[in-house]
Amino acid sequence: MTTAIDPIVADAAVRGPRRDFRDRLRNWLPRIVLAPSFALVLFFVYGFNIWTLLISFTNSKAFTNLNFIGWGNYAKLWTWTFETDPPSNWYTALVNMVVFGGLYVIFCLALGLTLAILLDQKIRGEGILRPLYLYPLALSFIVTGTAWKLFLDPRIGLEKAVHDLGWTSFHFDWVVNPRMMIYCVAIAGIWQTSGFVMAMFLAALRGIDSEILKAAQIDGASAYATYRRIIIPIMRPVFMSALIILTHMAIKSYDLVLSVTGKNPGGAAELPSTFMYSYTFTRNQTAVGSASAIIMLMTIAAIMVPYLYSELREKA
Amino acid sequence: MTVAADRLETAPTRLPARHSTTTRVVIYGLLILFAIIYVAPLVVMVMTSLKPLDEVTSGNMFYFPHDLTFEPWTKAWGTTCVGLTCEGIKGYVWNSVKMVVPAVVISSLLGALNGYVLTKWRFPGHKLVFGMMLFACFIPFQSVLIPMATILGKLGAIGQSLTDMTGFSFGFGNPTVNLVLVHVVYGLGFTTLFFRNYYETFPTELIKAAQIDGASFFQIFRRILLPNSAPIFIVTVIYQFTNIWNDFLFGSTFAAGDSAPMTVALYNIVNTSTGVIEYNVNMAAAIIAAAPTLFVYIVAGRYFVRGLMAGAVKG
Repeated sequence: MTTAIDPIVADAAVRGPRRDFRDRLRNWLPRIVLAPSFALVLFFVYGFNIWTLLISFTNSKAFTNLNFIGWGNYAKLWTWTFETDPPSNWYTALVNMVVFGGLYVIFCLALGLTLAILLDQKIRGEGILRPLYLYPLALSFIVTGTAWKLFLDPRIGLEKAVHDLGWTSFHFDWVVNPRMMIYCVAIAGIWQTSGFVMAMFLAALRGIDSEILKAAQIDGASAYATYRRIIIPIMRPVFMSALIILTHMAIKSYDLVLSVTGKNPGGAAELPSTFMYSYTFTRNQTAVGSASAIIMLMTIAAIMVPYLYSELREKA
Repeated sequence: MTVAADRLETAPTRLPARHSTTTRVVIYGLLILFAIIYVAPLVVMVMTSLKPLDEVTSGNMFYFPHDLTFEPWTKAWGTTCVGLTCEGIKGYVWNSVKMVVPAVVISSLLGALNGYVLTKWRFPGHKLVFGMMLFACFIPFQSVLIPMATILGKLGAIGQSLTDMTGFSFGFGNPTVNLVLVHVVYGLGFTTLFFRNYYETFPTELIKAAQIDGASFFQIFRRILLPNSAPIFIVTVIYQFTNIWNDFLFGSTFAAGDSAPMTVALYNIVNTSTGVIEYNVNMAAAIIAAAPTLFVYIVAGRYFVRGLMAGAVKG
């Protein structure tokens, strides 16, 4: 697209100094309008990230200082990564991240794809069903966590309801069992987000050219083969998008852990996000907290930057 | 972007459904089963909030309330304890409203202007500027919390000295103002993205024609683009409203105590360590916290989904 900046200026002869100034202002106006937003982002995002990076190289405790100690905090985290017996908080956070992230991403993708394919079979009442899978997205993670904490609570929730049905040996106490809590966080997370993945896949399914599908049908392909060989491969870019968005959401998960587990007792459901928070704000080890925040940032940047780059380039 | 989301509303042009009756039954069965699983937690929440506490602890969560009561709701609203004060959540709902409305309005308007500049008044490097703003939406906010706390502390100190001098803090150090600032800053990337993608498809010829007629930068924006921006404004406002209303991390870090937003108050009610756990009151409070965003979802679900998808894919 051509730049619209070039003003339609009158010829130079009539241009006095005042005219000149106004032209220049008009030239710069768009940039001046954008400048405050960009400055805010530069300062509050990039400036703050660099600031956090600097803190991560200091020995800041309860208050931040600028006594640089080099890579000490990262070295500490690195040692903790292998401290398994008893597990360090950082080790627990990393293991939980893999468990939670893996389950969350895989199940959201699988459920999302299943629901999208099922909904795409000329379903009567689709308009009623589809919103039911999507409404959890409108809820806050705190509400979701509160609901699932009650739902899975063995004293009054699912376990008790099943006992009432007569299956008295049924046992499901994960939400109060420190070793299993992280799975409940994953269940609540999947419940909240899978509808979103469904919507992405459904939109992609509906965007597929029906000519291709007709051709496959004429060639005698079965429904299964059509999905397996044609539809799902076509949807690969959406699959990638969903994968990236879900991974980044998993890394950022914070409120859900706290609310499902009820303040993350004993750090049982620790994730890097809660680790950062507790080291910074309750254990007075701001520098270690900063180092963990930088590790989170770098992980997300490694995922998002190539993704955004390719998305923006396609647009050009 | 809009195209992708609107596809959801179009009728499926799938393989002609020549499924056998059995297959159909299985498909409907699965869909209904999933629907029940998705709805169950909400139904249980609502029913629990309408039962007296002894019925909650002794009964079955899937049973309808036997002694229907609205007492948990009035208690959650007016008298339940959040921290040390026992005045219910009504004040916190108001805190959230005071934070959400300005944050949504400001970030949406700035987003509209940014989108306008980034599509119709491009300058060298516009793509880098946009890319940098966009990446800002995806950062883990843990990486800005500590500097933010420092800066907000400084603003608080300024507010204090202003109060000492003039008797008025001019909003400096006010927790609600702080949260508005935080949410505007970290929401700008998304609002800019929404408007940029929307204005991208807006015919540039119209802008050119207006320019030749002598319309200024702002006149073009006000008279030509804004009147045509209703759909994207709805999408942006809903998206921002939902995100900001549901935020917990910033609220819990920067607005403790009486100025906390709704989500933080709910979290404190549910996770209090004193007294009997009042499940029914907790659920009533949770539904009140969820009501505004759920309401928006029910009345404007299409736009809500559109925003979600625009935030992820731009195809």
